[in-house]
Amino acid sequence: MTEVAIVGVGLHPFGRHDAALTGMAMGAQACRLALADAGVSWGDIGYAVGGSNVSGKPDTLVGVLGLTGVPFVNVRNGCATAGVALATAANAIRAGETDLALAVGFDKHARGAFAANPADYGHGDWYGETGLMVTTQFFAMKDRRYLHTHGLKDRLLAQVAAKAFRCGELNPAAWRRTALSEDEIMRARVINPPLTQYMLCSPSEGAAAVVLARADRAADLCERPVRLAAVAKRTRRFGSFEVFAPWLPPEAGPSPSVDAARAVFAASGVSPLDVQVAQLQDTDSGAEIYHMAETGLCEDGEQQSLIDAGETAPGGRLPVNTDGGCLANGEPVGASGLRQVIEVVLQLQGRAGARQVPRTPRVGFTHVYGAPGISACTVLTS
Amino acid sequence: MIAVDPGLFSSLDPPRLAGARCASCGTVTFPAASGCAKCAGTDLARVELADRGTLWTWTVQAFEPKAPYRPASGGFTPFGVGYVDLGDVIVESRLTGDPAGFEIGMAMRLTLLPLWDDVVTYAFGASDD
Repeated sequence: MTEVAIVGVGLHPFGRHDAALTGMAMGAQACRLALADAGVSWGDIGYAVGGSNVSGKPDTLVGVLGLTGVPFVNVRNGCATAGVALATAANAIRAGETDLALAVGFDKHARGAFAANPADYGHGDWYGETGLMVTTQFFAMKDRRYLHTHGLKDRLLAQVAAKAFRCGELNPAAWRRTALSEDEIMRARVINPPLTQYMLCSPSEGAAAVVLARADRAADLCERPVRLAAVAKRTRRFGSFEVFAPWLPPEAGPSPSVDAARAVFAASGVSPLDVQVAQLQDTDSGAEIYHMAETGLCEDGEQQSLIDAGETAPGGRLPVNTDGGCLANGEPVGASGLRQVIEVVLQLQGRAGARQVPRTPRVGFTHVYGAPGISACTVLTS
Repeated sequence: MIAVDPGLFSSLDPPRLAGARCASCGTVTFPAASGCAKCAGTDLARVELADRGTLWTWTVQAFEPKAPYRPASGGFTPFGVGYVDLGDVIVESRLTGDPAGFEIGMAMRLTLLPLWDDVVTYAFGASDD
């Protein structure tokens, strides 16, 4: 099978920007940065995929990037949007449609928790009207169940958030760049207990893009191309505890993160134990904790000792969310998965600056998860 | 007294929830569904759900949700939310009572919760017996 490599990355910093700056404009900037990083022009791109949940149709980007006639696919898959965009672009190269592809994601969200329309998720109006259709409730309830089942302490949620903001402090592109103590995080405003405001990521604005090439051509374009060893995406199976679920069966089933991670490790031939740097969906700090286990990076319950020992910090054995993750960057939903990929690429290339993991890692992993139960994972190697 | 959605209930007095059981695999859904998420069966019959169970997980909705949430008469006040294990199905529900007393595994009982005007929804609260 044709191998695929990432040869250029471009990030429009996540955060809150000028009201007049559109999601689309941030997307265009991310594309231009990625093209420049790869040393290619938009006219060289033979296939493009774009993702946005709320900020317009990505394929209209051709109007500002150039009307080259390039095939352009739009993706709208919740928090997994950018992961799916990346997979689609990589598959176009594998299918022989092009030697050079681009994937971009962008979004510009309103402030505050997301509002959702019950009918969009197949529910009656009652579900929204009675106050059950709130994503942060689910995060809090999945966290509480997970911590209870595996004997983990609530304080672990603050430890994860404190690590995220320490990483954010070292990342010039991060939104939240002020370190906070565990006590400050624990004492902050309660949103949905056990979660306080600093344990939940906020919707934000931003864009991310990558240029992909056939791996056998990548060395011509990039000094240190990063191989996209595998990418996989899955939807939920029966029994998985998901957001916006009025009921669950008593028998638990694997989450889509479990399935997508297993698939990507099997396809890449890499073991979860080989991963040297990881980006996990941390919509809230509890999500980082259980996603460590769902993706196979550790056992259920092992998180307490790993995190207490600092193993998930940049200097540890398994650095997680070294750019501050969703907690420090916020979440422009359509871009978030590509931000993760970009961070791992920079780490594998030794270009991560102050937050660079020591002894440049060679194997990285990324994981996104979104409503109503979808996940996309990648394994990246140098 | 009017149900926020009549399809949720098999009876309002006494309060009882309506689900559906799959004839092929026995999966119980809530609300009643016409297709089975487990086996893809389409032969599902309406069943009355148990009115007692145990608290499976919980939180408190501390901030006022955006629309389509509709605040109760008298305005928004924080409220409990949880999942209650009824044996053959785990149901998401508003919770009544003081969250300080919520604990995974505690015994819960179905009740009705006034919303606005004459409209009610279902809720679970601590079972006192």
